[in-house]
Amino acid sequence: MRSDDSSTLYDRLTQPLVREHGELRPATWPEALDRAAAGFRQGVERHGPNSFGMLSCARATNEMNFMAQKFTRAVIGTNNVDSCNRTCHAPSVAGLAAAFGSGGGTSSYAEIEDTDLIVIWGGNPRFAHPIFFQHVLKGVRRGARLFVVDPRRTSTAEWADRWLGLNVGTDIPLAHAVGREILHAGLANETFVERATTGLEEYRALVEPWTLTAAEAETGVPAEAIRELAHSYARAERAQLCWTLGITEHHNATDNVRALINLALLTGHVGRHGSGLNPLRGQNNVQGGGDMGAIPDRLAGFQDLLDPGVRARFEEAWGRPIQGSRGRNLTQMFEAMETGEIRTLYVIGENPVQSEPETHKTTSRLRALDHLVVQDIFLTRTAELADVVLPASASWCESDGTFTNSERRVQLVRKALDPPEGARDDIEIMCELATRLGHDWERPSAERIWDEVRSLSPMHRGMSYARLAEHSGIQWPCYSEDTLEPSYLHARLWSTDPGERGEPAPFGIVGHSPPVDLLDEDFPFRLTTGRRLDDYNTGVQTSGFSSPLRRGELLDLSPEDAVKLGVRDGETVRVTSRRGSVLVPVSVTDAMRPGLVFMTFHFPDQVDTQLLTIDATDPIAGTAEYKAAAVRIERVEHAEEARATAAAS
Amino acid sequence: MDLRFLDEAPTAVERDAVDAVLGPPESGWDGGIRQDADLRYARGGHASRERRDLLLPALHAVNDRVGWISRGALDYVCRRLTVPPAEAYAVASFYAMFALHERPRRVVHLCTDIACAAAGSGALRDRLAARLGPPGGGHGPSRGAEAPDAAVTWHESPCLGLCERAPAALALQAGDPARYAVAAPAVAEDVDALTGGGPGTAPGPAGSGNGHHPGPRTTYASAPLPGNRPEPAPASAVPDAGSPDHVLLRRIGRVDPLSLDDYRAAGGYAALREALRIGPAGVLREVNESGLVGRGGAAFPTGRKWSATAQQPDTPHYLVCNADESEPGTFKDRVLMEGDPFSLVEAMTIAGFAIGARTGYLYIRGEYPRALRHLENALALARERGLLGTGIMGSGLDFDIEIRRGAGAYICGEETAIFGSIEGQRGEPRTKPPFPVEKGLFGKPTVVNNVETLVNVLPILLMGGPAYASVGTRDSTGPKLFCLSGGVRRPGLYELPFGATLRDLVEAAGGVPGGRSIRAVLLGGAAGTFVRGDELDIPLTFEGARAAGASLGSGVVLVLDDTADLLATLVRVAAFFRDESCGQCVPCRVGTVRQEEALLRLRSGASSPDRELPLLREVGRAMRDASICGLGQTAWNAVESAIDRLGLFAEPPSAPGGPRATVEDTHQTAAPESGAATEEAS
Repeated sequence: MRSDDSSTLYDRLTQPLVREHGELRPATWPEALDRAAAGFRQGVERHGPNSFGMLSCARATNEMNFMAQKFTRAVIGTNNVDSCNRTCHAPSVAGLAAAFGSGGGTSSYAEIEDTDLIVIWGGNPRFAHPIFFQHVLKGVRRGARLFVVDPRRTSTAEWADRWLGLNVGTDIPLAHAVGREILHAGLANETFVERATTGLEEYRALVEPWTLTAAEAETGVPAEAIRELAHSYARAERAQLCWTLGITEHHNATDNVRALINLALLTGHVGRHGSGLNPLRGQNNVQGGGDMGAIPDRLAGFQDLLDPGVRARFEEAWGRPIQGSRGRNLTQMFEAMETGEIRTLYVIGENPVQSEPETHKTTSRLRALDHLVVQDIFLTRTAELADVVLPASASWCESDGTFTNSERRVQLVRKALDPPEGARDDIEIMCELATRLGHDWERPSAERIWDEVRSLSPMHRGMSYARLAEHSGIQWPCYSEDTLEPSYLHARLWSTDPGERGEPAPFGIVGHSPPVDLLDEDFPFRLTTGRRLDDYNTGVQTSGFSSPLRRGELLDLSPEDAVKLGVRDGETVRVTSRRGSVLVPVSVTDAMRPGLVFMTFHFPDQVDTQLLTIDATDPIAGTAEYKAAAVRIERVEHAEEARATAAAS
Repeated sequence: MDLRFLDEAPTAVERDAVDAVLGPPESGWDGGIRQDADLRYARGGHASRERRDLLLPALHAVNDRVGWISRGALDYVCRRLTVPPAEAYAVASFYAMFALHERPRRVVHLCTDIACAAAGSGALRDRLAARLGPPGGGHGPSRGAEAPDAAVTWHESPCLGLCERAPAALALQAGDPARYAVAAPAVAEDVDALTGGGPGTAPGPAGSGNGHHPGPRTTYASAPLPGNRPEPAPASAVPDAGSPDHVLLRRIGRVDPLSLDDYRAAGGYAALREALRIGPAGVLREVNESGLVGRGGAAFPTGRKWSATAQQPDTPHYLVCNADESEPGTFKDRVLMEGDPFSLVEAMTIAGFAIGARTGYLYIRGEYPRALRHLENALALARERGLLGTGIMGSGLDFDIEIRRGAGAYICGEETAIFGSIEGQRGEPRTKPPFPVEKGLFGKPTVVNNVETLVNVLPILLMGGPAYASVGTRDSTGPKLFCLSGGVRRPGLYELPFGATLRDLVEAAGGVPGGRSIRAVLLGGAAGTFVRGDELDIPLTFEGARAAGASLGSGVVLVLDDTADLLATLVRVAAFFRDESCGQCVPCRVGTVRQEEALLRLRSGASSPDRELPLLREVGRAMRDASICGLGQTAWNAVESAIDRLGLFAEPPSAPGGPRATVEDTHQTAAPESGAATEEAS
């Protein structure tokens, strides 16, 4: 379980593999494609199209994602398509969409540099979003004040003017206390609240119990610090509220997002240049994947699947009816595998075995499938379980297309390398499969796919490849080829004309719900998870690169707890949750406080953190509570450590 | 800035020294003891980073107290100021006077620069080496047996600015307070005393006043290190002190430099009162009409610089007084600061008033302990009497001065490198534009003036600009200070109105001793040019020097007589530039090394002028054309003039001086200390 070598080298896949007698063996492309297609066909014939699921890739191009959802909807005939955005920012999309009607961050990078106050809540962009953080730093250097709300004093917090170290899972009490303080201090933006929101009185009643003192007791943050945050945010002429997975990886994540949005509604920090709400997306195209409709409830351009008028246009274009009900999201698909409702799964560039909580459960669910096709550049742990493995191209350098970044900017990606001999472009593979399934898809160029997107999605309509090149990327919405929209969303809310203003934004009436995995005498430590600077997610893409900073998986522990437990920096301890147990070396750091410990999930082959995490999920968005597990920590006898090491190697 | 702190702790003494500068830590996050409240809340950000300019003072505090900067001390400073240790190390290691490895508390700096070498510093170097071993190593004669105070190390130093009393040596000893002693002119016994070997080495009580005014607390104790002769009064540097013709030097030797009352009794603060009467626009008008140009070497019109800064909409505006007088052979600013410190305080106040600055930084070189002490005293007294601070002289003027001490880096006298040094960065020059008047210190509009330049503002206000302009010549107005050293009878600081010739100056100093003749005169310091002994009719004006293909630079006139070893002097100049190049740009970093190597080959006879001169010219041209700042641009000046003007390597006479002289014109005044020649108003 633990090995001293924390880096794992994956070799590029260059030959298809098929399972025979329980083992994967090399196969020719025609054989592999035939097998893959046959499995899907059989599944649909026997169990209907809704027994199929597609996991699309948040790192691949918009064009690939558009084709993946089209494959799902037009070739198979189901809406069961989703991607790993479910494990990170689906709650942000859900929360923003509930308030404003669309699920993107509302500001642009340039506005982060041109604001007066930046609040980063539940995120460590210094490590996890280094590019975005450069924009934050530009803003800071131009005078913007920086508040960081995070249980840990992260390296982001080291840059901050104020750090508020709250208890894990108490974001709603803190947000409500900030809201209450703004109301009581008379700092709410009355013009905006009156013009653009509904439900203030309900909100007022909701937050009233959260006095500064009550919030201090629940969150651990000093009352004066909460007051400071409230006043600074409300009084700033411009303010940006940014969040990451500290908000969304909770069982009540969408509520967390709503609680933050409430603060922007209360102060009018949305819909203006320099003021906005920004979920920081974690993958190069996690925004674009959703925009392209690779989600179970929206068609390209965030168009509502339930709207027959919307569906009709797609149906006309594709010559095939689209189901009028939402598909299953990623979390629901995994649950449906257990009940046998999902029988076949097509995974493109995802590694759920190591990214989903409770590894054992995920593995057994995938094993239960009738047919699993994995299309990837590496033989991941998920691919090892597949019936057919299809070697793909690396989207970012081996194909043409577009990506959409966190500020909704669509940018051209140009092919720089040919895929290695034997690997094929993702879209080409899908076309081959579609053709085998009775839809004669010729391999279209990336630009032709994009033009199809533009013809179907009004908010992408004005973005021709030529224009994307000319402007070095264009932010959505872009309705026509003659215009560019403002860099921020929801300016309509400030309009004096009710018609132009449209739907007001409702305050989210959401209550506090502490983490599901309770602390008690047996499991007294709160384990939270996240990223480090030099590694990425499950490590498939980063472990092959050396880094002077990398120390492998570690359990970050406060100096006080280290003394209490009698462990030294570097010593291996056993960490046990109600679901599993791992061995991991300790890193003693001031950034942690007593009772709080931290791990990443970058080194699943060394320490499988997901054995510890809980799969309590947000009922609205389906995101799991990676951020809050209850664990205990025990010293390990040397003998046990040695045994474990021997067993691992 | 990612804060990867070291895991080494400061000693109590180091902590105390840092806290004396920065105040006590606020929380466990900035170096204090971790408390429960720290687990939930931290302040920092802008408030911490804005104190970055205290990095250099904090490093000084440690170095002054314990003699070197340990990893623990460095880490503590970093925690206090939110600075990554790697960056603080980069800053600390930039300066020659800081040690990052343990060393004895006392350090003797022996000047081996041009004037001191000519005056026999070589013998003193040999004596130090015999007593203490090679430079940097060193130990006390009784190491271990007595207090660690007795332990001592030594270094060869670039010019200590004591050229009128060459050869010179300076001893600095860490402690609370730090102490110093100067020996100049130094004989063997003096050097022995500096190393603690002389009689009466028992340290006296710390900070004992020794009969002096009980004045404010200063960095250095007022009494010298025990066992050393007291330093002669500042006025001893001015051979004709008390002359009725003096304007800039009129108070030197006539007032107690530690007494504000004395200063006021001698006409002090009349100019500030006049300035307040005529208002900032009036001051700018008078300074413009005076024709005053910068005395640091670049000769840029002071009035234009002030007006351009005053007009900048961006605020705040800053004033920087460049007292980093490090050009070899220069000591005029030292004499002014030691002998008449209040005049600089008054002049800075007027400048701040005129350009709309509320803060002035006085950047003084680290090798001037007495000037530092006199200025610290002057600032404290001026504050006490309401002449600095808020509502100065009952007017609405708010202005104060902070002293920043250099730590042994010639480049920090360059007008943009000084910003980096004050800001707590490495003292590396910046490219221009933007010019300092637009983006200077902390990125804000800034006036940088030399000490002598500022002090000229007092007579301008008292006489009126036009009357001042009538002194001197049309293009070089007012009085000028000349630092005369080397082979003359009475070396020292001379004040002459512009227009006097080199011969006038040499004669004022009593000419050369009998039997000697002048081989060469170095005008403008290491960054300047040599002229021949038969060129004494060169007028000492900006235009006159320029016409002669030379430069006044900072006013250095270093006379080398017929006994001087010219090649050795050139090697010393080349070594100086090699040592002081900050290393930021390639032409200078590499060029200064190559230049020294070529000269060393010539001196050792390993190579011939035929082979080396083309190389020297090529390297010199590259440095002059492509270096970022005046240091690299002028590093070849002296060598070139020695070759072409003095005919050091007896080149065939076919190399004409004419075209070369025009080339020099555009570059020669770019001594770093002066602000670069490329400076223009924006």
